[in-house]
Amino acid sequence: MNMPMGTSVPDYRGMSLEDLDVSDPRMFQYDYWHELFARLREECPIHYQPDSPAGPFWSVTRYEDIVAIERDTETFSSEPSIAIIDPEPDMILKMFIAMDPPEHDDQRRAVHHVVAPRNLQEFEALIRERTIEVLDSLPEDEPFDWVKLVSRDLTTKMLATLFDFPWEERNKLTKWSDMFTSDVRITAGEGYAREVIIEHITACLQRFTELWHERKGDGKEAFDLIRLLQADPNTENMVDDPLTYMGNIMLLIVGGNDTTRNSMSGGVVFLNQFPGEMAKVRQNPDLIPSMVSEIIRYQTPLPHMRRTTTRDVELNGRKIAKGEKVVLWFVSGNYDDAVIERPNDFWIERPSVRNHLSFGAGIHRCMGNRLAEMQLRILWEEALQRFETIEVVGEPKRTCNLFIRGFTELPVKVGRFQS
Amino acid sequence: MTVITFIQHDGSERMVDGDVGLSLMETALKHDVPGIDADCGGGAICGTCHCFVEVSDDLPAPDSQETAMLGLRPDRADNSRLACQIMVSDGMADITVRLPEFQM
Repeated sequence: MNMPMGTSVPDYRGMSLEDLDVSDPRMFQYDYWHELFARLREECPIHYQPDSPAGPFWSVTRYEDIVAIERDTETFSSEPSIAIIDPEPDMILKMFIAMDPPEHDDQRRAVHHVVAPRNLQEFEALIRERTIEVLDSLPEDEPFDWVKLVSRDLTTKMLATLFDFPWEERNKLTKWSDMFTSDVRITAGEGYAREVIIEHITACLQRFTELWHERKGDGKEAFDLIRLLQADPNTENMVDDPLTYMGNIMLLIVGGNDTTRNSMSGGVVFLNQFPGEMAKVRQNPDLIPSMVSEIIRYQTPLPHMRRTTTRDVELNGRKIAKGEKVVLWFVSGNYDDAVIERPNDFWIERPSVRNHLSFGAGIHRCMGNRLAEMQLRILWEEALQRFETIEVVGEPKRTCNLFIRGFTELPVKVGRFQS
Repeated sequence: MTVITFIQHDGSERMVDGDVGLSLMETALKHDVPGIDADCGGGAICGTCHCFVEVSDDLPAPDSQETAMLGLRPDRADNSRLACQIMVSDGMADITVRLPEFQM
């Protein structure tokens, strides 16, 4: 895993439960998190960490406990934040992901339709076209960075397509998305300072406000996400409430960026680790949708969400006081063998393959799930048709972020079918 | 025997026999009736087995979890239910459900 000199994998099995650090993003950067969560699931499924860069918090690591909490939104609130760090009081964006019912339900319903499968059919042809362009431009028989040339490029282009964002400015979308999730307290100091993040959020809001006004009433068909918001009576004046508009834009940008991007890279890694599965899907491309669900489970691109207790509560014998942070480790639940059979196997024909926690569970379950699945399905449909070999040819580099499980670099070589 | 009729969004119909103890969602999967995704496998935590009950006897009312999930559906109607929460019981009357345009 190419760790730098002077760092080492913590002895998760040897240390006392109290000393286990569940807040260090290097566990994802160097991919040594399995043992930590395996021990927590076995011995201390509701774990308390009194001290971390993000303050004290509880960790919930078993599948069934996570689901039970997701069902009880009255006790386990999504306000004020679903991130382990609290929002700055002067920049609390209104995002329904960080709201409770009933306000959450109204806000979510208002924008739900923009990613509804009815609209996705319209997007499918465009997404396929972009995907083909990207794959056809890849170098042949020489190593390249799959993250840069495929995952990043493709998700950026898809986001730009969905927003009909000015094409030449599209890299801003990815940059903004990266900024929003890169607080120094969850990136082992590698992220951005608060002032820099605020600066970019402001720039983002400004650009999207301009786009809104340019498009409002121009009579064109509602095809992009901005026009879809304008076309719906529930959201037609959203721009007048900048915190809500920005909150929704940000949710759509972040929700549609790291998640899909990192699953696009993860798929390549897993199919290389499990060549038998690669052979199966090559033989039977009808397995692609099922493989996509398995990729999303295996990657779990958003490893956790946070809730906050609204009252004193007892969970599996542990007493959690009102107002404490409770972190739901989806990445752990997705590898919990009490629910997921042979969880460490990447198994594309897995029974009940859609039954995973990567989209969360309950009322906050990922709204863009069908869009994400479609993007990944198209990528693999097109990639498997073109490339006889898709080979990982070097050590992948992973993201150092507690909120994001992903890749920053993935050396790959492809060989095209000879026609 | 309870007969369950699934009406697809395009109007096509499929009638299948219900097994006591299975939910409508499980019944649809067992008979490969399309239109129900059932991502979460029956826990009322994903909302992807949404259906509209057209004809039935009185059914037990949805619980708070089911109501919460139905509340998110942009296409929710008064007869909206999650198919995973309707169990076929002994002596239950025949039931007809219509499936939505899409699940998500």
